[in-house]
Amino acid sequence: MNASVSSSVTPIGAAVRRKEDFRFITGKGRYTDDLDRPGQAYAYFVRSPYAHARIRHLDATAAKAIPGVVDVLTGADLAADGVGDLICGWMIHSTDGSPMKMGSHPALAKEKVRYVGDHVAVVIAETLNIAKDAALAVEVEYELLPAVADLATATEGEQIHDCAPRNTAFEWELGDKAATDAAFARAAKVTTLDLVNNRLAPNAIEPRAAIGEYDAGDEAFTLWTTSQNPHVARLVLSAFVGIAPEHKLRVIAPDVGGGFGSKIFIYAEETVCAWAAKKVGRPVKWTADRSEAFLSDAHGRDHISHAELAQDADGRILALRVKTRANMGAYLSTFASSIPTYLYATLLSGQYDIPAIHCAVDAIYTTTAPVDAYRGAGRPEATFLLERIVEKAARERGEDPAEFRRRNFITAFPHQTPVIMCYDAGDYVASLDKALEVADYKGFPARRAESEARGKLRGIGLSAYIEACGIAPSAAVGSLGAGVGLWESAEVRVNPTGNVEVLTGSHSHGQGHETTFAQLVSSRLGIPIDQITVVHGDTDKVQFGMGTYGSRSGAVGMSAIVKALDKVEAKAKKIAAHMLEASEGDIEFKDGKFTVAGTDRSLAFAEVALNAYVAHKFPTSEIEPGLKEGAFYDPTNFTFPAGCHICELEVDPETGVVEIKQFVAIDDFGMIINPMIVEGQVHGGIGQGIGQALMEGVTYDSDGQLVTGSYMDYTMPRAGDLPSFTVGLTQTRCPSNPLGIKGCGEAGAIGAPPAVINALTDALGTEDVPMPATPAKVWAICQARAARQAAE
Amino acid sequence: MYAFDYQRPTALSDAGAALSADPEAKALAGGQTLLPTLKQRLAQPTALVDLSRIPGLSGISAIPEGVSIGAMARHAEVAASALVRETIPALAELASVIGDAAVRNRGTIGGSLANDDPTADYPAAVLGLNATVVTDRRSIAAADYFRGLFETALEEGEIITRVDFPRVAAAGYAKFRNPASRYAMAGVFVSKTAAEVRVAVTGAGQSGVFLWTEAGAVLASDFSPQAVADLVLDPTNLMSDLHGSAEYRAQLAKVMLKRAVERARAM
Repeated sequence: MNASVSSSVTPIGAAVRRKEDFRFITGKGRYTDDLDRPGQAYAYFVRSPYAHARIRHLDATAAKAIPGVVDVLTGADLAADGVGDLICGWMIHSTDGSPMKMGSHPALAKEKVRYVGDHVAVVIAETLNIAKDAALAVEVEYELLPAVADLATATEGEQIHDCAPRNTAFEWELGDKAATDAAFARAAKVTTLDLVNNRLAPNAIEPRAAIGEYDAGDEAFTLWTTSQNPHVARLVLSAFVGIAPEHKLRVIAPDVGGGFGSKIFIYAEETVCAWAAKKVGRPVKWTADRSEAFLSDAHGRDHISHAELAQDADGRILALRVKTRANMGAYLSTFASSIPTYLYATLLSGQYDIPAIHCAVDAIYTTTAPVDAYRGAGRPEATFLLERIVEKAARERGEDPAEFRRRNFITAFPHQTPVIMCYDAGDYVASLDKALEVADYKGFPARRAESEARGKLRGIGLSAYIEACGIAPSAAVGSLGAGVGLWESAEVRVNPTGNVEVLTGSHSHGQGHETTFAQLVSSRLGIPIDQITVVHGDTDKVQFGMGTYGSRSGAVGMSAIVKALDKVEAKAKKIAAHMLEASEGDIEFKDGKFTVAGTDRSLAFAEVALNAYVAHKFPTSEIEPGLKEGAFYDPTNFTFPAGCHICELEVDPETGVVEIKQFVAIDDFGMIINPMIVEGQVHGGIGQGIGQALMEGVTYDSDGQLVTGSYMDYTMPRAGDLPSFTVGLTQTRCPSNPLGIKGCGEAGAIGAPPAVINALTDALGTEDVPMPATPAKVWAICQARAARQAAE
Repeated sequence: MYAFDYQRPTALSDAGAALSADPEAKALAGGQTLLPTLKQRLAQPTALVDLSRIPGLSGISAIPEGVSIGAMARHAEVAASALVRETIPALAELASVIGDAAVRNRGTIGGSLANDDPTADYPAAVLGLNATVVTDRRSIAAADYFRGLFETALEEGEIITRVDFPRVAAAGYAKFRNPASRYAMAGVFVSKTAAEVRVAVTGAGQSGVFLWTEAGAVLASDFSPQAVADLVLDPTNLMSDLHGSAEYRAQLAKVMLKRAVERARAM
C-alpha cells in the first residue's frame, strides 16, 4: 500500500516532464490573440513617425468617414473621460532630496510625441485592415523638435519633459562616498574601466495583445492581456489610470508566450483597449505585430558607466566607485526607476568582500522607447561592470583571474555588503572550483596554442555572478520607494474527491509552474500531479497576487503555497483525529496517509478530504466543514543565487567571427524542484546572455529612428549560433524560505555576458571590446591589433 | 496586406498578356520575397499573376553546353538534382544554402533573378558562370541582365522561363551570412574554364552583383587561394551599414573568394 502511494507521487527534485507542454506543442494553448469576443472590433494605433515633435493639429474626420471605421480616439478623448497618465510605481529621490521628475505619460499623446512609435491616436474598425487603412487617413501635423537619441549627450539636448531640466529624471547615489574616497586615497593600485551596456529588445515569442470588453449591465470591464502580473495591472489601471474601480475590472492573462520582464508593465495599448471598449460599446482587440513590438515594448539595459576598483598591494579589493548614466527612454515605464538603482547598485559587491562601495546613477530621458526590466533587470548591468573590472584588475596584476577572485570572495555568512544587501548563504569557492575543473581550465594554454597554430585567437573568461531574487521583503522595498509590497499569495482548495486546485498569484509564461507547483503539492499531500491543477492569471479566480518576475515564483510564490499547505494539513489532522478516534497530537501525516502514531490505523488523504465536506464524523461546532486554506507569504530577505560561468571561444581574425567552443555554467540555486526545468531556464538565460554579448543591440540613428526594427537588422541568437552548454550545480540551502529555494530564471542572462566578453578581451588582447561584439567589430579590433603588432 | 486580384493562368502567353496589360500587376513565383512584402503592406499590386500552373517553367534538363533550369524550379530541387550535382556541383551547393529550408522549398530561381536582391545568392552563380537568362521574349546574357539594385534587363511583363548554365572546369561558392538576416554580406562565386576565370560577388556591392575582374585575372594564371591572398577589393562601391563597413565587406569578399577557390579545387 505504501509503495503504491509513494510511486504515484512526483516528488520535489524529480525531472518530470512539464504538464503544460502537451497543450503548447499541439497548438491547444489559449493565448490572448486566440480569443475572440462577440462583436469585437479591432484597434490599430497611429504612431509617431518622429522621435520628438509637437502635435500642431490632428484631424480624424477623413478616417472616421471610411466605411467600417467604428471610431478614432485621441488623447483629448482620454482627457475628457478623466483617464489618468501611465505611472512609474517606484519613487526614487535624487541625492538632493527631490523626488524623481516623472514626465507626463498619457496613453495617447496630448501635446507632444517623444519617440518613434509613441501613441498618437487609435483607430477602431470592423476589421484590422480597415483600421490600418484609416490610420493612414488620420491627418497629423507635427512641428518637429530635435531628437535626443544619444545617451552620452542627452543632458545637453532639447528638453523632452517640461518637468525635467537637462533631461534628467533623477541623480541618485548609494553607498558611503567618504569611506569609498578614503579607501581610494590609500589604494596601492586603482583599475579603471569605461563600459557601455547595450540596449536590448525583449523579443518574447508572443507579441503583446489585449482585448477589452465592457458589460454595460454590470458596469464592469474585462481585459484579457499578455501580462506577467494581472493583479498589478488591475491595481494600476484602477487606482492610478482610473479605468474602473478594482471590483469592476477583471484582468485575465491566459496562456502567455514569454515575457522576460516586458509584460510586467502597464502599457498604452492595453489601457486604451480597456477604456475604448466602453467608449465604442464593443469589445476591442489589439495584437502587436513584430514591428510594433520592436518599437514599443520596453527595452532593457542601456547604461554608460565609469568604474574604478581600488586594491591594496596584495590584490585585495578595498573599494569600488561607479558612475552610471542610465537611459530611461522617453517616459518612466512602470518599474523603470528601480532598475538602475535598487536592482543595480545593490548588487555591485558581487561575490566579493568589498569594504566600501559608492555608486552614483543619473537617470536620463531620451527620445527613444521606454527602458525597464528585462531578464535580470539591473543585475546583469551590475555583474557585467564588476566582473569586467575584476578581470581587468587581475590581468593588470599579471595574476590568474580565478585566483584574484578567490582571494576576494566572501566566505562567511551572513555577509552584510556596503550596498544594502545581506547575503544569507553561499559557497563561491565551491562553484569556482567546480567550474574550473569542468572547463579544464588548466588545459587552456595547450588549447590556445593549438588554436594559434591554426591562425585562430583563443580566449577564456570567467564570471562569478550573484543576483538578488525572491523579490522581496515588502517593508524593505517600501522603505526604498516601491509603491507595492512584494509578497505572494496562494490558496489550496482540496475538493471532496481529494484532488486539489492551487490558486497562485504567480503567473507562468514559460516557467512551468503548472508542473513545479504541482510537484510541491504532490510531494506534500501524497497525491499524483495529474490530480492537481494550478490556477493563475485571472483576477476573478485568484484574489490577489504580485506576479512573476525577478525569479521570485519559486522562492516567494511557492513559499505561499507551503504556508497554505501547512494550514490544510493542520486542519486535515484535526478531522482525521476525529475519524480515527485518536487525539490530534497522535496523528502523523506522511506519504498521503494520516496514521495514529505507533498503530496501523490510518486514513488516505482522499478519505479525510471527503469527510471534510460531508462533515459526518467531526463536530462542526469546533471544526468548520470544508478543506480550503489561503496564505500570504512575505519574504524575510532577498535570495542570493550565485555561480561561476566560464566561456572559452575562438576568434577567426580574417572574418571576426567568434565561435564559442565551450560554455560552462555552475550555479547554486539552492534547493531544486525540477532539475530539467532549471536546466532549461539556464540554457535560455545563457542564450540571451550570449546574444547580448555577441549579437543583440537596439540602435537608433541620430534622428531617433529605430534602425534595428526587424529581424533583418536585430540579431536574435539562433540555436546554430550557440554551443552545447555544460551546466552543473553546487548547492547551499537558502535559509530565508521554507523550501530553501533561491531562484534560477535570470542567472544565465546575468552570468553570461561578462564571461563571453572576458574571454573575448583575453583572446584579442585588449580591454576595449564593445557589446554586441559583432564580427565586423571584432574584425576591426583584429586589424588594429595586427597594425599594433606590425608597428612593434 | 492590401486587397489584390489573383490570377492563375495556364498559358505563358496569358501570363505575359496579363502583366503587360497592367503595370501594377506582379508575377508570383515562389513568393518568398513578394508575400512578406505584401503582408507588411510595403507593396500594393493590383493583381498577382501566379505562374505555378504554367507548363514548361519547371524542371531541370541537360543541354549540350550544360544544364538548363526552369524558372519555377525550387531551390531545394536544384540543390538535390543529380544532374546539377554532376554537371555544376557548385550550383547545387549554392542552392542548398539559400535562406532556410522553408525558403528553399518554395523559392524559385526565376523569382530570385527577377527580384535581383543585391544580397541574393543566385545572381552570383548566374554572373559567375556566365549563364543565359531565357525569357518569353529573348535570351539575355548574364553580363547584360543585372542592372543594379533590384534592377534587371527585364521589360514590362517579360517573364523568365529558364536559365541555361554552361559546364565549367571548376567552380565554387562561399558566402558570409549577415548575422541578423542571414542574407549574404559577401557571397563569392568563382568559375574556371579554359578561357577564363570569373569571380562574381553578391551581397557586398552598392549596385548589386558584380564581377571582380582583377581577381579573375590573377586566378587565371594561378587558380589557388594563395594567389589572391594579397588582393584588395576596392571598397569604394561596396555597401556600408550597421552590420559592417565597406572595408569589412571587401575583406569578407576576399576571404570568401579564397574559400570558394578551395572548394572549386576540391570538387
